[in-house]
Formats: sequence, C-alpha cells, structure tokens
Amino acid sequence: MKIFVCIKQVPGVSEVKIDPETNTLVREGIPSIINPMDKNGIELALELKEKYGAETIGISMGPPQAEEALREALAMGLDETYLLTDRAFAGADTLATSHTLSLAIKKLLENYGERDNYLVICGTQAIDGDTAQVGPEVAEELGIPQITYVQKFEIRDDKVIVERAFRGEEVVIIETKLPVLVSVLRDLNEPRYPTLDGIVDSYEKEVKYLNHEDIEAVKKNIGLVGSQTEVWRIFVPKRKGEHIILEGSIEERVSELCQKLKEDKLI
Amino acid sequence: MSIIIDTEECTGCGACVDNCPFGGMEIKDNVACITGECTLCGACVDVCPVEVITIEKEEFKIPKMDLSKFKGVMVIGEQFRNEIQSVVYQLLGKGRDLADKLGVDVSVVLLGSELDDKLKELGEYGADEVIYVKSPILKDYYSDLYVNTLTEIIQERKPEIVLIGATPTGRDFAPRLSKRLYAGCTADCTGLDIEEDSGNLLQTRPTFGGNIMATIRTPTSRPQMSTVRPGIFEPIENIKKKPKITIIEKKLDEEDSVTKILKIIDKEKIAINLEEAEVIVSGGRGVGNKENFKIIEDLAEALGGEVGGSRVTVELEWIEQDRQVGQTGKTVSPKLYIACGISGAIQHLVGMETSDIIVAINKDPNAPIFDVAHYGIVDDLHKVVPALTEEIKKRKSKN
Repeated sequence: MKIFVCIKQVPGVSEVKIDPETNTLVREGIPSIINPMDKNGIELALELKEKYGAETIGISMGPPQAEEALREALAMGLDETYLLTDRAFAGADTLATSHTLSLAIKKLLENYGERDNYLVICGTQAIDGDTAQVGPEVAEELGIPQITYVQKFEIRDDKVIVERAFRGEEVVIIETKLPVLVSVLRDLNEPRYPTLDGIVDSYEKEVKYLNHEDIEAVKKNIGLVGSQTEVWRIFVPKRKGEHIILEGSIEERVSELCQKLKEDKLI
Repeated sequence: MSIIIDTEECTGCGACVDNCPFGGMEIKDNVACITGECTLCGACVDVCPVEVITIEKEEFKIPKMDLSKFKGVMVIGEQFRNEIQSVVYQLLGKGRDLADKLGVDVSVVLLGSELDDKLKELGEYGADEVIYVKSPILKDYYSDLYVNTLTEIIQERKPEIVLIGATPTGRDFAPRLSKRLYAGCTADCTGLDIEEDSGNLLQTRPTFGGNIMATIRTPTSRPQMSTVRPGIFEPIENIKKKPKITIIEKKLDEEDSVTKILKIIDKEKIAINLEEAEVIVSGGRGVGNKENFKIIEDLAEALGGEVGGSRVTVELEWIEQDRQVGQTGKTVSPKLYIACGISGAIQHLVGMETSDIIVAINKDPNAPIFDVAHYGIVDDLHKVVPALTEEIKKRKSKN
C-alpha cells in the first residue's frame, strides 16, 4: 500500500497580530509550521504503516522554504517527501492546487507501478486559507471516493471503515474500499514528535523537488492562469462599535448600562 | 503572468512591503522585489505611490466560456433528517437580494425523501422555483450521489451563481462539485455582492484566521459557486410568492454509491443552540477558573440567554466545546453579546462582531474587545458581573 499525505506549510496564524499604526499584518517572528491537521494525517500514515506495512509519501506544493516542513515530516517518520515548487505554480486557487497535487500523485503511482492500492490523507482544512476544498478536489481528479471530517480510521481486510464527525449531532460510520481520500480532524490522534534518531535519519533522506515539467503539467492549467477564482481585494476588517466607556462607581456604571440596554429594548 | 516592478523608477519607499498581506515583497538594494510568498494578489499594485508595479494577467482575463448562457441564482437546500436547515433560509434571503440586483430568478434545489409538504413555503422566503429531487436513499447524505445529482441539474439549468451552506455537508460536496464543473468555488463566505457593470459575484471571506479579509471574483467562468457561513445573512419572510414546483423522482439505491453507510450514531442531543440565541454572555480567560463561570451563567440566566466562551475556556475545559465562539467555534450574531474577561483576539472577534449590541467587561483598558464594543466597563468582572445580574433581576421584578 502507498500512503500519500498532503502537507501544507502555514504561518502559525494564531500568533499573527495586526500593527495598529499601519493596519497590516505583523509577520516578523511568526514561525512557519506544518498545518496542524496535516500532522494528524502524517501520524495516521505512520500508524497504518506500523500496523499493515506501507510506503508513506509526503507531498507539498509551495515555495522552496516549504522544504523545512517536509524535513520535519521525514523526521516524524515518513519514507519519502516531494516538494512541488515552481514559479508557474504561484497564485493557484484550490482548483489549480488540486490539479497540481493530483498530477504529482498520478506520476508517482505510475513510477511505483501502483494502480489501486493507495490511500491519500489530507488535513480537513489549513489554518491560513481555511477553505477545506483541496482534499475533495484531489479526490475528484483522481476519481476516487472521499470521506471528509474523519475522526477514526481503520482497515479491515480489504475494507476501509471510517468515522465521520457530522454536525456535532451524529457520527456516521462509512465503509468503502481503497483507493480513497480521507481528510482528517485533530481529534483523530495525537501526532508524535520527531525523535532524535528520526531527526538524524531524516538528514540522510532527501526532499525531492518536482517542477511543472516533472509532473507533465500544462501551464494553462496551473498557478494563477489555471485558477478560476482571483483575489480582487485584500483588506483588514474594520471593527465597528461606538466605544462608550462607562464611568463612575460599579453601581453607577451597572445602572447606566441597564438604562442603555433598556433604551435598546434588550431588557 | 507575474508582478512586474520597474526597478529603474522604483524609489524603494517600501509601501508595497507594508501593505503586502503575505510577506511577498521586500526591499533589496533599495528597490522592491518579490519573495516566494507572493500570491499575485495585487495589493502592492494599488498602493505603489509611483505606480511602478504592474500585474500581468491578460491571459487570465479572457473569458473561458460564453458567460451570457448562465442565468439565475441557485440555492442548494440542505436538509437534515427531513428538516430544511436554517442556513437555507438565510441563503434564500441573500440569494433574493443578489437576484434582484441582476434581474434574475432564484431557484432552490432540495435532495431528500419526505419534503413534499415543505416545498411551498420556500416561496415565502424568496424562491421563484423549487426543484425537489426525490429518492428514499437521499434522506441520508451520500457525497457522491449529491455530486452526481447536482452536476446534472446545474449543467441543465446553467445558473450563474450557486450558493451552498458552509456546513460539514456543504463543504464536503461543494468543492468536488466545483471540480467536476470546473467552476470556481469560494469557501466559507461572509459577504456577497454584485460588482456593478460586470455582474460578477464579489465573494468576501476571512482568511489567515480572520486577520484579513479577501474578496474573490470568478470573472471568466460560470457558475460562480460559494459556500456561505451559517448565521451571517438574514432570511426575508412573507414574500408573497407562489413558487414553481418541479419534482424529479430519481431511482437511486445504495449500489449507486461507492460508499456505504454502516451506522449512524446519535450523540446526546445538544440543547445548546448558540447561533439562534438572542442574548449570549461569554467568558474568557479573565474568568479565572471553572467555578467562577457560575457568575457568567447567572447573568445569562437573568437575561434569558446562553453562555458562550472564548477558545481558551474550552481548551481549559471550563465550558463545553459547543459553546465556543470564534473562528474555530461558532459564528453568532445575537441582539446582545456580553463579553466578560475576553481580551478580544481577532479569532474571537470574527465570531461575534456582527452582534447588534456588544458589551465588554474587562480589567485591561487596552483590550481589543473595547474596539468592537458599544458599551465598555473597565473593571474587575468578578465585581461587575454579579452587580449587573442583581440589577437586572431587580429591574425585572419591578416590571
């Protein structure tokens, strides 16, 4: 079995702050990390490898500095990693991104001489873009079923049995067969930390680079040109509010607040 | 296809660096240059005071198809256990607004098995046509059956806009559907409008954890698909409209799906419905510990509202997950939102800033929550909140 894990390098956005003077993002000192849910994906791949035996392959599309994320994935234990990096990939929306990733997976399957015995794992969504679209789009292009929001995964004989978290009200247990794409949630497992040996070993492995020619991509289908959506405008959200700060003793302020809420017909 | 900088004329002022949301610009040897982070969003083009930055995307601007063949707004009407979900009414409200600007019709597509008696009332919420695909198996959600069925309908009807609720269901089938149709799809939109002249749909969504907003267009292809965050738009009621009803009986069974539902396990029914609450009293780190949440609960009870909390309070297990407000929790817009001991990280603000009236109680006068608050009390919440609860009880007993 071949297990592909899609990995995205993202800025640790929970630490992103807005500079109130310039109203722009302060980016200095914000570390780049592996998207948290993708780490759950790596952990799942490693657990399946330990249980059933498999080759685990990490792939990422991004600028050359995303090599760092793939190095970490190797240190966690993945067997191989590929970085799809090319100026022609830049500005891609989810359609163009999923096309690029799908071509790479198809190419690698061809190289391995593998047809159906494979699994693709993605994090449900990335913390920067938050679209949750790339996984299902890759599944569509590969022509395989998808199961999103996965919180439990197992293989029984030739069956794949998956628990999908659904609306907080129910859990759906779904059965399907390989090949399949699953997008996973953080509840799925506890991602391991790279061990010292893992880190040492990872330096003997290579992050392999692929450009658009390597995956036989046609330029009109990738990057900004291959995208159907375009960013028209980017802005920092304006915050509303009248900002009336109440003054006086606690009793006075509480009383004034109640008066105002009463005027607004809220109490 | 790239950003071009006229390095002869560039003054190296750095305005582009300051305004790039992605860190895609830097100044090297006194001129601007592009880094690997560039997403070609074009923010630098607009801010360059000497106009030396241009973005070349002519090739991209050429329509890839005849856009005029696509007409109308289509809402996908999600149902769960034969109940039409509230986001559908919200989408109809917004869809009606967009359709009126374009001078076109709104249709709503339902997939299910026992919805016959719920079709007509959709007219009151703005639908001109109700398309009901009926099959016993469609009472449950099957990813591939939804995609197959909706592909047929969209290819036949050719709507210019398709709106889908950004629920776990919508976000499962929408991207796959968009890929099959090779249509642009924008995820989790919180703002929708029509661009004058072109008639393009302007889709605004929070990104980078809500730190920045991006407005997305799909200028060269149709349909334009959006998944829309629940709880953002208002339904319009009592429109006197008798919708055209089209029922499509479909022969589908389990064999038609590549997946099989083995079991559906009900979780304990959750009574908490933060999105629909009119009053929410939320606590943050400032509450201090789980026991102290009692004063938040008391205030909520006095106001007949629900208790909410910031992410940290959920992580510390002071309150349940379903009460989390913010980017990774619920998006709420009650009539009254009282934030107690919440500093107001951007991830929290995006989940509650559309509330009608926001009250902030916090010790720190510089807490960002005060920027969105209508009324603020700078003091210790442990003193203010119980006093407020008492005052409200007192006023209520007088009435």
